[in-house]
Amino acid sequence: MAGAQRVYRQRIRSTRSLSKMFRAQELIAASRIGKARDRMMHATPYSRAITRAVSAVATHSNVTHHYLTERSDTNRVAVLLIASDRGMAGAYSATVIRETERLIGRLGDAGKEVDLYVSGRRAVAYYQFRHRALAGQWQGVSDAPTVEVANEIADQMLAAFDPPAHEGGVAEVHIVYTHFVNMVTQRPQIVRMLPLEIVEGVAEHDDDSQPLPLYEFEPSSDAVLDELLPRYVRSRIFACMLQAAASELASRQRAMHTATENAEDLIRTYTRLANQARQGEITQEISEIVSGADALAAS
Amino acid sequence: MALEVDIVDTEGTVWSGPADRVIAPAGGGEMGILAGHVPVLSVLKPGDVRVLEPQSKDSLRWHVTGGFFSVDSDQVTIVVDEATPALAAAR
Repeated sequence: MAGAQRVYRQRIRSTRSLSKMFRAQELIAASRIGKARDRMMHATPYSRAITRAVSAVATHSNVTHHYLTERSDTNRVAVLLIASDRGMAGAYSATVIRETERLIGRLGDAGKEVDLYVSGRRAVAYYQFRHRALAGQWQGVSDAPTVEVANEIADQMLAAFDPPAHEGGVAEVHIVYTHFVNMVTQRPQIVRMLPLEIVEGVAEHDDDSQPLPLYEFEPSSDAVLDELLPRYVRSRIFACMLQAAASELASRQRAMHTATENAEDLIRTYTRLANQARQGEITQEISEIVSGADALAAS
Repeated sequence: MALEVDIVDTEGTVWSGPADRVIAPAGGGEMGILAGHVPVLSVLKPGDVRVLEPQSKDSLRWHVTGGFFSVDSDQVTIVVDEATPALAAAR
């Protein structure tokens, strides 16, 4: 009987220390998420300026650029998956990996070969465990992406898209990441990064719907586009990574909050069981004493 | 009438405010921008961007590694890869 009590006490102790860890993780995630959202905000003026410039060039000149044109010379495509480095974020990585698998399946059905690029240790581990070849991988920055890493990823994506088909160029670049809608909703999202298809539509996203002025291009519209588009891609990829980071932290905070609550529930249940066990023990002891006394009195 | 200048990099706004004149290393050579300039979208070469604030003798100066800038209806947006403040130079 005393054994049962001890077991419950033990469980309560270990659950309590776990719940402390969950609580700490939750608080860490909560404190970082503000920073992540700030960084998202700070990156906005840059990407807005670039988007505006790209749409200005695209609407006011009949330039073509190989980042803007569809390719049909190869059936290889690249997919970039942005997941998290660490777990403890609920279904965050699993969801975005599942979305990627679905996309790969769809591309495979369309007769395309997929080169997979992966950012985030969890996703890298997932694919390595299944012995799937990765064309590129990045680890260690998922919850606080830096411009340097984003540029490195973007440059590799551009380098994959640049060469002609016989040198292993890809026809399309897709990105799968988690879009941060708000603190409770994060949605996995697939965007086709290259060739760029958004150019006509981007002007509508602008706050001011005035028509864009007729720009002069210096030195020429082609040269401007050459400078702009790689920057546009870099800024888009950086933005995706920031979104993913904020989403990761938000899911981590939520997952850890739920875990803390579960732990508290468990502690409550175990406390009740322990109390019951103690009460049972006392009752038994009393009945033993009483029956002992009765037996003595009877003799 | 003054120019409204925004200098932004990937991590946020570097500087923002009114200016009398902006001098930037454009694709075709140094370009000075005054109020009423025709809309321009230009490549930014490595070099110094100078901003002359109103009622100020000194100019603000940043060393930039590349980027682009746009001018439209006295709104100057300078988008840079990296901007490091250089010493303020006399006018």
